[in-house]
Amino acid sequence: MNTSGLNGVIQNVTALGEKSRVYLNNFKAWVQLDSTHLSDGRQLAVKYFTVAIILFFAQILFGLLAATQFIFPGFLYEILDFSVNRMIHINAMIVWMLYGFIGCVYWFIEDESGTEIVGLKLGNIAFWVLTGAVTLVVLVYLLVQIGPGKDSSLWLINEGREYIEAPRWADIGIVVVMLIFFYNVVATFSKGKWSGIAGVLTLDLVALAGLYTAGMFYMTNITHEQYWWWWVVHLWVEATWEVLVGVIMAWSLMKLLAVRRKIVQTWLYIEVALMFGSGILGLGHHYFWIGTPEYWLTVGGFFSALEPIPLVAMVVHAVYDSGAHAFKNGNHPALAWIIAQAFGNFFGAGVWGFMHTLPQINIFTHGTQWSASHGHLAFFGAYATINIAFFYLAIQQWRGNVWMGGGTHNAWRWKWALGLLNGGVLGMTIALLIAGYEQSFIERAVEGSTWGGYFTAQNHPSFQSAMVWRLFFGGMTFAGFILLVWDLLTIGKGETRKAPEIVEI
Amino acid sequence: MNETPLWASESFWKKTAIWVTAGSFLILVVLTMDSLSKTSAGSQRVPAYSVINKKIDYQLNKELRKSMPVIGENEFLFGKEYTEEEARQLVDLGKKTTQAKNCMNCHTLLGNGAYYAPDLTKAWLDKGWISKEMREDMMVKFLMDPEKNARTFGSNRKMPNLNITEQEAKGIIAFLKWMSSIDTNGFPYNFKTIEAEE
Repeated sequence: MNTSGLNGVIQNVTALGEKSRVYLNNFKAWVQLDSTHLSDGRQLAVKYFTVAIILFFAQILFGLLAATQFIFPGFLYEILDFSVNRMIHINAMIVWMLYGFIGCVYWFIEDESGTEIVGLKLGNIAFWVLTGAVTLVVLVYLLVQIGPGKDSSLWLINEGREYIEAPRWADIGIVVVMLIFFYNVVATFSKGKWSGIAGVLTLDLVALAGLYTAGMFYMTNITHEQYWWWWVVHLWVEATWEVLVGVIMAWSLMKLLAVRRKIVQTWLYIEVALMFGSGILGLGHHYFWIGTPEYWLTVGGFFSALEPIPLVAMVVHAVYDSGAHAFKNGNHPALAWIIAQAFGNFFGAGVWGFMHTLPQINIFTHGTQWSASHGHLAFFGAYATINIAFFYLAIQQWRGNVWMGGGTHNAWRWKWALGLLNGGVLGMTIALLIAGYEQSFIERAVEGSTWGGYFTAQNHPSFQSAMVWRLFFGGMTFAGFILLVWDLLTIGKGETRKAPEIVEI
Repeated sequence: MNETPLWASESFWKKTAIWVTAGSFLILVVLTMDSLSKTSAGSQRVPAYSVINKKIDYQLNKELRKSMPVIGENEFLFGKEYTEEEARQLVDLGKKTTQAKNCMNCHTLLGNGAYYAPDLTKAWLDKGWISKEMREDMMVKFLMDPEKNARTFGSNRKMPNLNITEQEAKGIIAFLKWMSSIDTNGFPYNFKTIEAEE
């Protein structure tokens, strides 16, 4: 390449950089967010929230692509196959929710401990390392997709294990970042003050990080491999994540409604007892059909049937406290999403989980769209909602604790976003449930679970129309997401009223 | 009057939470050790990898009303008898390939995965391979060039070409044959094998 060509490239790159800087500055001037309102710790929290929202977008986008392929199988065939779209759909979900949770903890830890975050610089470095790693992993998913049947593929491309597909190098990176996060949490509480919330959070994070390592090994024996794989997937989403949400919920009820600490902490312990008491051995409902002994049918069936109980307790807790405080609070969208969480968690994780958890019905429903139906409502109801509530809490402070109660300007936006997102996910859940029923009857009960039976069920008109409805409601969810982002960027802009002081009653 | 009863006190529930969590976890650890020993390759429930040298079928256990695996006489894979170590290597190559090709994000294995393509748990025994004589050859060809040998059952869903080599294809088939011999407590329900009479 001659020098003039090289100069041209450099000029283009510089011009592109300059242009994006101008766009970024224009954007910053438009949103009018003022970071001086936030402590250094909370500035790190909003970085996590920002990436969480970008990944939430990716989750919905790749979900829509995969949903389209159910109707038009030729769509993006051998370019972005279903397996790639579906992998990014579920991975983006897991990672954005983790980003959200980490952000929530960074958000409340200074308030809860009464001191500044210890090791914040390291925390910031960890954020950039994690974000860089996530970007690289997604690029490899998109551009490389698959590899030969060798160890190097599992180390560098993907591990091919649902939910925890990230290649091994990224697993190690995730553990390192989690350790830094854990250090931030423990060192901050040690320097400031401990509390019941702090104690539960710390022990939960030990379990969260420790369990991840259970999924970092390759095994030829698929029964053993799936055994440990469920340790990660189940004990994360049906135990440690639920407790983490309990912790976040406890803190936010104190802040939003001024509920007394003694009450939320007692509730938190009750929830931990019920959640771990049912969820740890409830793991057994994943051990019905993977080759493990028969006693899991009894253990898993019994304990997983108890899993909805703590979720009922959480509904009672949230609704009772809101009612007792006559819904007086300083952030209406956040409280609305907290209430959505209580119900979404109960219905999605509790009711939808219970419906097919006993082995007598699960033998028909396992591995059908039933699981997808449950997955959609449970992940959204239990985890997306609480993160969105925190996005609203964050944006309120980012604008300098402005008024976000009754009479907020353009309140229709957050209300419609709430309605479209919840309606969209519920619609997908029902459509997938119908498909799941149809599969359970036709593929399993009637046809005897052969490949022929599978396709008879897939080609059935009621399955086909369910897939169309799922895509339609996916579109509704997407519309809700766009509105949510627009609302988050604009709510409270130009607001001069301060949020009211919420006092304990 | 102001005294909190035990059932509503913070410290009572704190202790309960700790004991319940520790107790449940301890039981899980004990059950895990038992389950892992009962499901190691070569156990009653999960046969040794050399089971790929044998005929595998399912029979309904009338008392339990569920299909149980039956390991029969010799039925060599690709006309060769594998030693235990050779069989392990071949199954290992197949298992690794299924992960590297991300099979689980379209198919289910032991019922776990995605629901865009059929379950692979008993794929080796599926009637879709028409006859036992044609099965091995059809499977190798399908895996190596799924587009040309597409089997869509009227759904228009085609498996993409995943650049699977012949050796990898043989590995996958060995892995599928071995997996089909695992006792899965009767899952998938009412499965009719390629051996079953109409």
